[in-house]
Amino acid sequence: MNTATHTLDHHDGHGHHPTGLMRWLTTTNHKDIGTMYLTFSLLMFFLGGAMILGVRAELFQPGLQLMKPEFFNQLIGVHALVMIFAALMPAATGFANWMIPLMIGAPDMALPRLNNWGFWLLPPAAMLLTMPFILALFGIGDGAVATGWTLYAPLSVQGGIGVDFAIFSIHILGISSIMGSINIIATILNMRAPGMTLMKMPLFCWGWLVTAVLLIITLPVLAGGVTMLLTDRHFGTHFFNAAGGGDPILFQHLFWFFGHPEVYILLLPVWGLMPHVLSTFTRKPIYGHTAQVWSFIAIGVLGLIVWAHHFLTAGLPVPALLYFMYSTMSISLPLAVLFFCWIATMWRGAMSFETPMLFAVGFIVLFGIAGLTGLVLADVAADAQYHHSYFVVAHFHYALFAGGIMGVMTGVYYWLPKWTGHMYSEKLGKLHFWLTVISFNFTFMPQFFLGLAGMPRRIPDYALQFAEFNAISTVGAFVLGLSQLIFAYNVWRCVKGGEKASDRVWEGTSGLEWELSSPPPHHSWDIQPVIKTS
Amino acid sequence: MTTLNRTPAKLFAGTGLTLAAGSALADYTWNFPKPVTPIGRDTLSMHNQFMVIITVLFVVVFAIMVYSMIKHRKSTGAEPARFSGPAGALQWFWVLVPFGILLFIDFVLMGIPAFHAVIEMEDTRTKADMVLKVTGLQWKWKYEYPDSGIQFVSTLTTPREQIEGKEAKGEHYLLEVDNEVVLPVGKKVRILLTSTDVIHTWWVPQFGVKRDAIPGFLRETWVRIEEPGVYRGQCAELCGKDHGFMPVVVRAVPEAEYAAWVDKKKAEMAAAAAGGDRTWTKDELMAAGKAAYEKNCAACHQPEGQGLPPAFPALAGSKIVNGPLLSPDGKLLPDSHVDRVLNGKTGTAMQAFKATLSDADLAAIITYERNSFGNTKGDMIQPAQIKALR
Repeated sequence: MNTATHTLDHHDGHGHHPTGLMRWLTTTNHKDIGTMYLTFSLLMFFLGGAMILGVRAELFQPGLQLMKPEFFNQLIGVHALVMIFAALMPAATGFANWMIPLMIGAPDMALPRLNNWGFWLLPPAAMLLTMPFILALFGIGDGAVATGWTLYAPLSVQGGIGVDFAIFSIHILGISSIMGSINIIATILNMRAPGMTLMKMPLFCWGWLVTAVLLIITLPVLAGGVTMLLTDRHFGTHFFNAAGGGDPILFQHLFWFFGHPEVYILLLPVWGLMPHVLSTFTRKPIYGHTAQVWSFIAIGVLGLIVWAHHFLTAGLPVPALLYFMYSTMSISLPLAVLFFCWIATMWRGAMSFETPMLFAVGFIVLFGIAGLTGLVLADVAADAQYHHSYFVVAHFHYALFAGGIMGVMTGVYYWLPKWTGHMYSEKLGKLHFWLTVISFNFTFMPQFFLGLAGMPRRIPDYALQFAEFNAISTVGAFVLGLSQLIFAYNVWRCVKGGEKASDRVWEGTSGLEWELSSPPPHHSWDIQPVIKTS
Repeated sequence: MTTLNRTPAKLFAGTGLTLAAGSALADYTWNFPKPVTPIGRDTLSMHNQFMVIITVLFVVVFAIMVYSMIKHRKSTGAEPARFSGPAGALQWFWVLVPFGILLFIDFVLMGIPAFHAVIEMEDTRTKADMVLKVTGLQWKWKYEYPDSGIQFVSTLTTPREQIEGKEAKGEHYLLEVDNEVVLPVGKKVRILLTSTDVIHTWWVPQFGVKRDAIPGFLRETWVRIEEPGVYRGQCAELCGKDHGFMPVVVRAVPEAEYAAWVDKKKAEMAAAAAGGDRTWTKDELMAAGKAAYEKNCAACHQPEGQGLPPAFPALAGSKIVNGPLLSPDGKLLPDSHVDRVLNGKTGTAMQAFKATLSDADLAAIITYERNSFGNTKGDMIQPAQIKALR
């Protein structure tokens, strides 16, 4: 294994930085920016969660009780956009900011000012996205985007000002993500400690490197797609209008060319993080480091060429159906390598189950369900039955809540003592884990059965045979939502104080980041560590 | 969020309801509803087979993990091993076996039946007995039978009161329509789909068929219904505010009964066409107009004409509705009331109703709108005039 020589530099070389609000507005420090990303993400997580609890409350019983269908449609779409672009992606970027420089022995990110700008684009973008709700209260416009997050034309051509706000919000979020990605690629490729070859680089950095490349490839396509939508809406073009020689399905191709890799963009940082957590709590080296690196790359490449499985019912030609079916199925192969490596890392270790390990195990099992149901969804004929139904809703929440959000929580519990210098409450952490896992399954398992029974997604009211499962799902969702308050409280408590964390924090840790103090000094790795080849 | 404040009370009330509904839970479907077409049967058997495969995969993989979690714990005094990659023949064997199994599952066990199912599903033309054309509209379905010239629009009939909880909900709540599609049992029906406004998706779960209806394009699928009965489904693609309120209801009947239905429907259509040629009194137009308005217009413009601004403008006091009816020489005025109703407004949910409504309905609706909700134009338009304007 790698060993490092380093000198800890506890005094601050650059003592004259602003304090208070100006510190956060002008900071170029990767740790400060990472903290801002994570805080923003947590706030947006609760905002997106509040929206969907409104939806679940409406779906508790058949009939329209709480809201009009128009408002319902706004909530589901903005929920998805907020959760994906404003909660999950910033959380992963926050991790990257905090951890990549620590892990590769770099003093900061390669482009610190760009880093600051990338973060400060997020709040205005989130405001743009949600402002139509507030404008509607004053009688301006008819509320936020009501097309679902997929913005399918021509429904989005027909929509109100909420669509324009969403388009500009996506543009800004996209610019922010591309700047973040450029920064991460530049940091990883140029600032690794001497001796850290790419193949020796920690897997978390590898997961992020592939994510950043995917973002740079696919975001411009989405930006182009929504710009075409904007010109169709206001400047008389007909990209998506058959009467003018366009094609509504073109929008779906453009959207999902971004949209499918987006799933891996959200998950790759988590897949990168998992082996570190598993290795720590099994006190055993990561199994198959190289195999996992190649799996990340394979999933990234495959992720770019399977997009049309998101609209297999749109009436594609038979060769296209077969191609997208088999290529989608083949993603299960590199994914199976990852599962194999995770379990092989655990095998014959000496495990203990602190909160991060609990979340990691919960992640593996529940994300396994997402992967397996994804495999059957790839089947074109069976997909005709699953598609646009609650089966799909359940599937992608197993992927993005259990895979994405629970993965992020694994990382937060794992690194929080390193970031704050304090231990969080293990008792509250475990309570949070069990409440989350149980209520998550109560929320989403019934949705698989709703989908099989024939309930379409995105409907504000439903036929009577769907009533029981919807009621269970709603109760689960409220418990799930409220349990997250424990998480917020636990994090807040840990930031404020608590038992001192040691530099290594956990018994089984390995890697450069654990050789710094907890919390690390404001400027770390002033003197570059050297990785000795053993 | 006022919506959230009311939630806890609702939650409580509903938990009781769920418990009370325990008996209903007993006959709940945990799988696809009973399939009635060859594709539906294929899909179900494939789905069942896949569910067994993935359940076995899940159980085997996580049994290994759980075994490890119990056996290799620090608290039991386990010493961690140091291996970090496959080394030696035995370990390579353990790495490659799962990979091989998955390759076999993906491309043989699942891949081959899937291939045949796709080919069958997409073969819409071989030995097709008849054609049904389905057009999605916001928010109803139009059906056409090119062989017999029959066409009609199918709209939700569940009363507003049931949706708003003022009345008990009926057995087929949200899955009932005024005009059911009638199809003969045992015939291969080629279904062509399109849309006039946004993308809709035609879905009947028991047929195993789901296909998008895309404006400006034709898509196709097929069904051969094997059992008489009434089959219910819904629009599956978010298509605007009433997406949840545009059901599909298909009645499958024996061939003789189907022939009788075709004759009856043809006679009805002839009678309706005749109605377009005679002169109507204003009272007749107002009565017919109220009924047709409530069916076709009230979802957006509301029963009292107040609309849902800004997306759905009010008709009460509207400049357009209260503008001139026709030009002095009887021609259509651009952007007038009649123009809007007949030709719609591009880029909005207001569709060209001349595509879906009869001359009599159009004349009645226009007359009704001009003389209701406080609008007092006093004029009227005859079905024959509409016919001339088409």
